[in-house]
Amino acid sequence: MLAYLIRRLILAILTVWAISVLAFVIIQLPPGDYITSYIAQMSASGSFVTEQEADALREQYGLNKPVWVQYLRWMKLVLRGNFGIALEWQRPVAEVIGDRLWLTMVVSVAAVLLTWGLALPIGIYSAVRQYSVGDYLATFIGFIGLAVPSFLLALVLMYAGFKLFNANIGGLFSDQFVEAPWSLAKAWDLAKHLPLPALILGLAGTAQLIRIMRANLLDELRKPYVITARARGLPESRVILKYPVRVALNPFASTIGYLLPYVVSGSIIVSLVLSLPTVGPLLLRALVAQDMFLAGTIVLLLGVMTVIGTFLSDLLLMWIDPRIRTEGKR
Amino acid sequence: MSVASQWQLMWWRFRRHRVAMAGTAVVVAFYAVVVLADFLAYASPTASEAQRSLLPPQAIHWLADGRFRPHVYALQGARDPVSLKRVYRPDPTRKIPVTLFGRGFSYRLLGLIPTDRHLFAVDAVRAEDTLFLLGTDEQGRDLWSRLVYATQTSLTIGLCGVAMSLVLGVLLGGISGFYGGAVDTVIQRIIEIFRSIPTIPLWMGLAAALPNDWSVLRVYFAITVIISLIGWTELARVVRGRFLSLREEEFVMAAELAGCSRTRIILSHLVPSFLSHIIAATTLAIPAMVISETSLSFLGLGLRPPAISWGVLLQQAQNVQALAISPWLLIPAVPVIVVIIACNFMGDGLRDAADPY
Amino acid sequence: MKTPLPILSVRELRTYFFQDEGTVKAVDGASFDVLAGKTLGIVGESGCGKSVTARSILRIVERPGRIVGGSIRLRARSNGGGGEPGAGSVAAPEAAGGQIELTALDPTGPAARQIRGGDIALVFQEPMTSFSPVHTIGNQIVETVQFHLGLDKARARARAIEALRQVGIPRPERRVDEYAFQLSGGLRQRAMIATALSCGPRILIADEPTTALDVTTQAQILDLLRSLQAREGMAIVLITHNLGVVAEMCDEVVVMYLGRVVEEGPVDAIFHAPRHPYTRALLRSIPSIHAPVRTRLPTLHGAVPHPYNRPTGCPFHPRCPEVIRGTCDGAEPVLRPVADGADGHRVSCFLYSAR
Repeated sequence: MLAYLIRRLILAILTVWAISVLAFVIIQLPPGDYITSYIAQMSASGSFVTEQEADALREQYGLNKPVWVQYLRWMKLVLRGNFGIALEWQRPVAEVIGDRLWLTMVVSVAAVLLTWGLALPIGIYSAVRQYSVGDYLATFIGFIGLAVPSFLLALVLMYAGFKLFNANIGGLFSDQFVEAPWSLAKAWDLAKHLPLPALILGLAGTAQLIRIMRANLLDELRKPYVITARARGLPESRVILKYPVRVALNPFASTIGYLLPYVVSGSIIVSLVLSLPTVGPLLLRALVAQDMFLAGTIVLLLGVMTVIGTFLSDLLLMWIDPRIRTEGKR
Repeated sequence: MSVASQWQLMWWRFRRHRVAMAGTAVVVAFYAVVVLADFLAYASPTASEAQRSLLPPQAIHWLADGRFRPHVYALQGARDPVSLKRVYRPDPTRKIPVTLFGRGFSYRLLGLIPTDRHLFAVDAVRAEDTLFLLGTDEQGRDLWSRLVYATQTSLTIGLCGVAMSLVLGVLLGGISGFYGGAVDTVIQRIIEIFRSIPTIPLWMGLAAALPNDWSVLRVYFAITVIISLIGWTELARVVRGRFLSLREEEFVMAAELAGCSRTRIILSHLVPSFLSHIIAATTLAIPAMVISETSLSFLGLGLRPPAISWGVLLQQAQNVQALAISPWLLIPAVPVIVVIIACNFMGDGLRDAADPY
Repeated sequence: MKTPLPILSVRELRTYFFQDEGTVKAVDGASFDVLAGKTLGIVGESGCGKSVTARSILRIVERPGRIVGGSIRLRARSNGGGGEPGAGSVAAPEAAGGQIELTALDPTGPAARQIRGGDIALVFQEPMTSFSPVHTIGNQIVETVQFHLGLDKARARARAIEALRQVGIPRPERRVDEYAFQLSGGLRQRAMIATALSCGPRILIADEPTTALDVTTQAQILDLLRSLQAREGMAIVLITHNLGVVAEMCDEVVVMYLGRVVEEGPVDAIFHAPRHPYTRALLRSIPSIHAPVRTRLPTLHGAVPHPYNRPTGCPFHPRCPEVIRGTCDGAEPVLRPVADGADGHRVSCFLYSAR
């Protein structure tokens, strides 16, 4: 068990390092840098930046050093908690990101929980009442989740909400809470707004998981230990829930690891459509403006949070499957 | 005793799966659109006219004077008394006949045969009378023709992206599975790392990095490469799995004992065995490619105008207020969904046919 | 000589499976009795309906199968409606004479479930897959005990440990917290038996209990079953295709073919004076140490017909070496007592009955 934990931990650390390199490489890719687009911006509004001024700015931001030096500089700052200045906003990156990062995680985790909460009972029902009306309905809904990309779903729902109810279903807060400081009331407002974005984000994953659960459970239901449990006189609900479902949960649990990155990814685009105050719209803007520190930090932090989430799910898997726990005990 | 070849067996099993056959038919139909794009469109996709902006789809009326004569109503320009803008309204008194296989702009069918026949055309008297099967967009461009060309672009990118993913996946997965040991572990870890990161931010970054002054074609190619980086991990896993199990099979040992070189073993012995699985996995990867390209273009990071793809068309539908007035702008979402469903069915059927166990 | 009343009586049981391709008559008119303290053996080739019979008795036949006819009567416990009160015990509807008609019970209802495991217990062929891979053995025994006997956690656990000890598992207080994959095959089967016996059932149905075990373990398990029967006085129904096991363990034997009982009787009668051609062929095909050297082992020719292609008339007639054309392929024979045979020896064959 300990060996398993250590393996996953090392992998997590390696992944975080890889993310940091990738993030930095991507940010450095576009020819020119922030100064180039800054100059373009200035000339568009009529001001003029001299060659000397440009060089001075570059010196100030360290943009004229070789790439790997810049990377090391950046990593040193990051590890100390200093994420740099968002060049476009002229404020510390941490301040600009503000609530958005952890709001992204809140929405993503909510989506994952919702996915589980829906996929598990629906998958079980589908398998136990095979070929029933409920089964076909579940398959159909699952299908929509699979076939319709989440941002399209968001778009369609926004349109429907607007057209039919004349309501704006986007956003994570009601108007009065958007700029307000955090309070219990604000948290409750957030909770009220969460279900829809979480559902849209999670539907694709739900479809996938329902299929997996249904297939696994159908396999397990035919096995002898289920018949034995029934032969011992236990009530049917217990026979199903305690035994085959528990066994079918194993492959199910190992899917969380890949669900979280998928959901976090999807939230970027969906949050644009739904105007959620998460990291997505900010990242897009930063990329277009080639705001290096901001974009790189967002990508890095997103990756780190995802890796942490995946690691936690590995712990969960360990708790569920006794075979991993007793590995080496015999 | 006659023996059916492996491919024949696969085909028979596939044939029984009716839903998969339906899916295949749809996919084939879509790729027919790709090849026959010019034939199916009737207007130039870039011909814009501000005054024709945001027209709703025209209804085709099938009967005229009791006879089968499909036609649309010509549009009458008028000044809206309230907004004082020039608007077009259908004029029932003037009917414009719609012909099948009529004449339109010239092009080369299949790139070879010059012709000017199109599937639909209008016998128009005046230059401003034309057909808008699916309405127009904000710049007055006909949506049907743009959709046809968008299909061509999106599906071609999808195919190329899948092909590149395939090469990458087979290469890495094959090496990993065949040689095993340290090489396998390293490649496995790389794959796992890729799978644990949220990839969209990274690909957004890559796409945003493409210089603004690149030609449409270069951008097209670069986007293909980027989205191929998204799906290769899945293919690599499938390939590796097959290689691992096949490696243990006795016919590999027999080939080794007969003195075949490693390359020969891989190419002529192992590859045919898992080819069917690869085809199935590839088909199932197409939807991911389509979604990736559509998402990136929707964000404005993928293909950019004047290139046309489903994502580019959908970008116009981003604004909900605009949608409320012109809901037909959302129509490009339909082929996206249909293609994804059809590819999934087809891929499922292929997978079941290749490996019924 | 008056025979004691049977604990379980099966009459004309019919269990059919209704599938898209056709109807499979898995059990088509089986009748036999199970007596307290005695062992009944059910023999036949694979696919003759032995297991389905066992499941029909326990009412756990899976869809698309169901019991379409016949009766299964269980004698009620002598101390009124249900033995020790179990958690939620419900008195089962009783027919006249203190008998419970099992076919009339709702299979998922509390009455049927009380009987399952409480009065009649089932032991399977595959002990490895009969235990849940993610729960300890103790957990599964305790659960059964708590459900049927309503004991609290501590006493249920004590009972589980005691049950494991009774089947001869060494250091049961440690084993009770282990998982099935941590025990050897023989121990697993013992644990399986312990689970079945934990609630003191009156009948133990063992479906091929030793087929998956090696010969030495097989002998041990059979000894165990015998000693448990002697101690508890329970009836055992032993389902097997191994005639050696039958000879060793059983008091009465039922021979089944394609869902019907073709011969039944005391073990000595069946083995020394078999009447039905099928039984005879089965016995002849047992390799024997005393047989002359280098002779061919007689076998049954042909194969068991596909369940969708049941022969008309006597189900065995296409393979029967003594078939009477015109009789055996017409009507179906009925179980009749053997003339000047042992008490209770019956055979279903036209060779022995007038048409």
